[in-house]
Amino acid sequence: MLVPLSWLKEYVDIDVTPDELEEKLFSCGFEVEEKYEIGHDISKVVVGLVKECEPIPETHLHLCKVDAGTAGELQICCGADNVKAGGKFPLALIGATVYATAKDHKTLEGVMTIGQGKLRGYDSYGMLCSGVEIGLSEDMYEGAGYNGLLVLPDDSPVGEDVKPIVGLDDWIFDIAITANRPDCQSIFGIAREVAAVLGSKIHEPSLDYHETGVKKEGFAVNVDAPDICPRYIGHYVYDVKIGPSPAWMRRRLALIGQTSISNLVDITNYILNELGQPMHAFDYAYLEGDQINVRRAGNGEKIVTLDEKELTLNENNLVICDGVKPVALAGIMGGLNSEILDTTTEVLFEAAKFARDNIRKSSRALGKVSDSSARFSKGVDEYTTVMAMKRALHLIEELECGKVSSTHVDTNTGNSIDASELKVSVDKVNGVLGIKVPDDEIVRILGSLDFAPVLNGDELILKIPAYREDMESYQDVAEEIIRMYGYDHIVPTFMPTAEVTMGGYNLEQKNELKLKRALCAAGASEGIHYSFFSPASLDLIGLPEDAPERHAIKIMNPINEDLSLMRTTLAPQMIQAMQRNQKKGILSGSIYEFGNVFAADKLPLEEYPKELETICIGCFGEEESFFTLKGLVDVIADTLGIEFDYEAKEKPFLHPFRTAGIKCEGEDIGYLGQVKYELIDELDMRVDSYVAEVSLYKLKKYYGKQQVFKPLPKFQEEKRDLCFVMSRDITCAQVEKAIKDSSEYITEVKLFDVYEGIQLGHDKKSMAFSVVYTPKDEELTSENIDGFVNSLLSELKEKYDVVLRS
Amino acid sequence: MADLNELSEKLNAIKAEIRNELERLENSKSVFEYKKTIFDSKTGKVGSLMREMGKIPNEMKAEYGKRVNEIKNWAQDLFDEMDERFKKEEMRIRYEAEKLDVTMPSDYKRQGYLHPNTLVRNQIVDIFGSMGFEIYEGTEIETDYYNFTALNTPDDHPARDMQDTFYLSDKFLLRTQTSAGQIHVMEERKPPIKIISPGKVFRSDDDATHSPMFSQMEGLVVDKGISLCDLKGMLDEFVQKIFGEGTRTRLRPSYFPFTEPSVEVDVSCFQCKGKGCKLCKGTGWIEVLGAGVVNRKVLEGCGIDSDVYSGFAFGIGIERIAMLKYGINNIKLLFESDLRVLDQIRE
Repeated sequence: MLVPLSWLKEYVDIDVTPDELEEKLFSCGFEVEEKYEIGHDISKVVVGLVKECEPIPETHLHLCKVDAGTAGELQICCGADNVKAGGKFPLALIGATVYATAKDHKTLEGVMTIGQGKLRGYDSYGMLCSGVEIGLSEDMYEGAGYNGLLVLPDDSPVGEDVKPIVGLDDWIFDIAITANRPDCQSIFGIAREVAAVLGSKIHEPSLDYHETGVKKEGFAVNVDAPDICPRYIGHYVYDVKIGPSPAWMRRRLALIGQTSISNLVDITNYILNELGQPMHAFDYAYLEGDQINVRRAGNGEKIVTLDEKELTLNENNLVICDGVKPVALAGIMGGLNSEILDTTTEVLFEAAKFARDNIRKSSRALGKVSDSSARFSKGVDEYTTVMAMKRALHLIEELECGKVSSTHVDTNTGNSIDASELKVSVDKVNGVLGIKVPDDEIVRILGSLDFAPVLNGDELILKIPAYREDMESYQDVAEEIIRMYGYDHIVPTFMPTAEVTMGGYNLEQKNELKLKRALCAAGASEGIHYSFFSPASLDLIGLPEDAPERHAIKIMNPINEDLSLMRTTLAPQMIQAMQRNQKKGILSGSIYEFGNVFAADKLPLEEYPKELETICIGCFGEEESFFTLKGLVDVIADTLGIEFDYEAKEKPFLHPFRTAGIKCEGEDIGYLGQVKYELIDELDMRVDSYVAEVSLYKLKKYYGKQQVFKPLPKFQEEKRDLCFVMSRDITCAQVEKAIKDSSEYITEVKLFDVYEGIQLGHDKKSMAFSVVYTPKDEELTSENIDGFVNSLLSELKEKYDVVLRS
Repeated sequence: MADLNELSEKLNAIKAEIRNELERLENSKSVFEYKKTIFDSKTGKVGSLMREMGKIPNEMKAEYGKRVNEIKNWAQDLFDEMDERFKKEEMRIRYEAEKLDVTMPSDYKRQGYLHPNTLVRNQIVDIFGSMGFEIYEGTEIETDYYNFTALNTPDDHPARDMQDTFYLSDKFLLRTQTSAGQIHVMEERKPPIKIISPGKVFRSDDDATHSPMFSQMEGLVVDKGISLCDLKGMLDEFVQKIFGEGTRTRLRPSYFPFTEPSVEVDVSCFQCKGKGCKLCKGTGWIEVLGAGVVNRKVLEGCGIDSDVYSGFAFGIGIERIAMLKYGINNIKLLFESDLRVLDQIRE
């Protein structure tokens, strides 16, 4: 929120520098996000008195002698039409900084430094300035909008800095207001805090006014929805004279970036910023039926708002209506049909409290945000609602722009705007903080916040002003005290009263970390991708229409379509990650991700969906192959002390003959394979890429598997290397399993060579295995082993037509 | 072999032959081969001499044995000496032939690295784990109740606007804060509670400095007599461990619906030690986390007697810490899996 220092000073005496004020506000919970002097770009501009002013023939220029005080008398060439001897104008000395303007003399084109110049052969030692050139607008300083020199008051001291004279030495504070302090969304609200933190007095804005006794007979307000409009105050004002606002009001509005419209409209805008209460003024002439009805809109009901946009409403929106039609979208924007015009002569002022969530939701749903809706969304209190109406009527009188009638309607639900009592225990307050704040400090601080504290032993009785709706319990009191007392009083302690607990990762988390480290050791780096992805991701991996992965949870309000589905597989993002790397010229690497896939039984969600932990691995590059990826998958098995089985499988996005399903103890737990070439081409990927997905959640049951020590064999193990010839269709796994099944003594079967060549005949291959026989209770003789091998051979021959290579 | 003279002659002849023969040997292998022809117990010129012991008259046996042993030792020494000389030379040649350019790269297959988030998470878990905090992992998909209402943020609360929420249905949403886990823990367990809860959170915010997904670590302590001073004590400890010794904390007032009082916690800039630099924007302080004393409404809502128990909670942005610690300048880099990024950040 923008707060001009000069405006703030209207309500509170400030005897500290802007830096100190920033520090004080920061310490009590109001972060100043930015602060700047209005005239921060302007320097070395002084009051110049034109002593002589002679026209330069055949030009529009004048040659002037200008008294610049201590800077002496300077010769200045000036092209403005209002330059004259005896006049006082802003004089930019050599080295001064002012704004450069475009040809229109209005549009700013950055800051320029004044140097010595020469115009039509005449030297000029500075520049006389317009209001625009020193950053002023007509609203900020009367006369500053003139397209010529800015005329300074006659009593301006010659040679003095011009900034304080025209108010350029003012400061703007941009203050962040936390959501619990809607009462501080106004300059007066901030003033209360400043008064408390500086220990100075607060001056309330004037609220007095005089009713004329004239009444608008028959006028009535009817609130149909008191749940979302607990208070509605209307006051009729007549003999209205629309005109410009006074300079002081225009300047203040200009300082916070608001354009002055007319006295009536400015009053509402002024109060919104001064007190934080949005108000509205209706042109009474356009209200039909002498009444205001506050009700929920009908479904499909329409309104055209001040910005000339037509909105279609529904029962969730609150509307202010006259006897016939909606005249305002409550708390958000007035209707065009009752707008204040130059011709307006009678006005109905509105100050109301609308429920913050109703305004917030309507504003969002209709895409209509205003200063008013922003205030209401955060919360407006009825204390301020009442105060604001008084203030508006006071300003009507002060600005002499209307007469205050005696028609005042206050429709409310009985909420008090008096201070309410809050009793708390001082011990409890100190208990929250962990320190003992001295009693007199407690009383001083709470007094400065207008809580009228009375301390009786441990009992602290407070009168909470109605605008402090956030004050509910001893914890709130503790916060008020410590933010004013200072957080530097909090001393570190280490939970002396707490019980000792055991901490750290649990088994599941430890295993996950173990797996991550193992994959890192095997060369893969960990990546993290978003939990949501694009529907196009599902097409990318060619999932059929009925694939369970297509049953994804949708985000109702995604940032965009690409981030609109909760992911059901990690593969698409991994493929895209490999694509991104390759596009950047990284042509080899391995990445893995641990993340959840989301599975819902029913859509839209009625129950918590399953969040299933999954590992995805991607690797790419010349040196990678199906088997290097398989190696990374085996790392998972090895780390958990389990074994995976693989069998050929097909996946729409993977190579038809380089894809495997992964099983663990018969259960499907994932797949791996080479990304098919069509996809590689489509994504402009440059090298072969591989991807695997493993359902980690299915492996949790193996976590913490007790590793049992197997005693070393008592007798010598026998190793036989056997080389077989077989049809190319026979898989390694088939032969391996057949070998294993052939003898209970076999403890290890390992493929060590594969050969395909003409001498074997095409469609044949040879595979060489080393087989280890481990004796159990007695030694195995070489005759025993030979016997085993023979039965192994006959079994292989019978099953797969596998023969020993001669 | 009737007398010893005859033996002497024979032995001298053998010696001479050996000497001659040795001259012709060129490498350790030929020494080894030749040695066999001398010492073999059946065919060796010296080795076979012992076999003849039987034919030697008894009175000469001792002397015979002695002489044969002498020549045996003589020859052995000679062979050893030769062998050593050849081996030395042969090794020298072998070594030279195997000379490597030791500056060539290794065969080491580069390892991969944990994600910066995981690194930071591990560090935080180590610190809090040693202080007795358990790790609780909530779900990414939460209900409106756990994410907001139970955290003292009812439907009409303006704080709901502080976070732009992704909704999945009327009831379910993507959690906007790991604080959601607090409520589950407090409903499931009785105090003493000391947990940290790391996880992904989501907000509808996507621009240069915001990512729609990021990670937080929520911390919660509920026990008897817990105060703001305990929060300060624990945070002081934490920031020194994570940012280095001498790092100080500063608490300043803030607002979160579920804590009261609420504070923002700044740490003294660990780069300039508080003097003011680019990292801390000249202030000497860096905002790192939000915290506060658990609002009694939240405790009561979970069935915990707020007259007996109190607690504090804090929320740390994992990426924020990672970016500060490792000097990563753009949060989005953390979710792009660019290996040039991932392979840079190490433990």
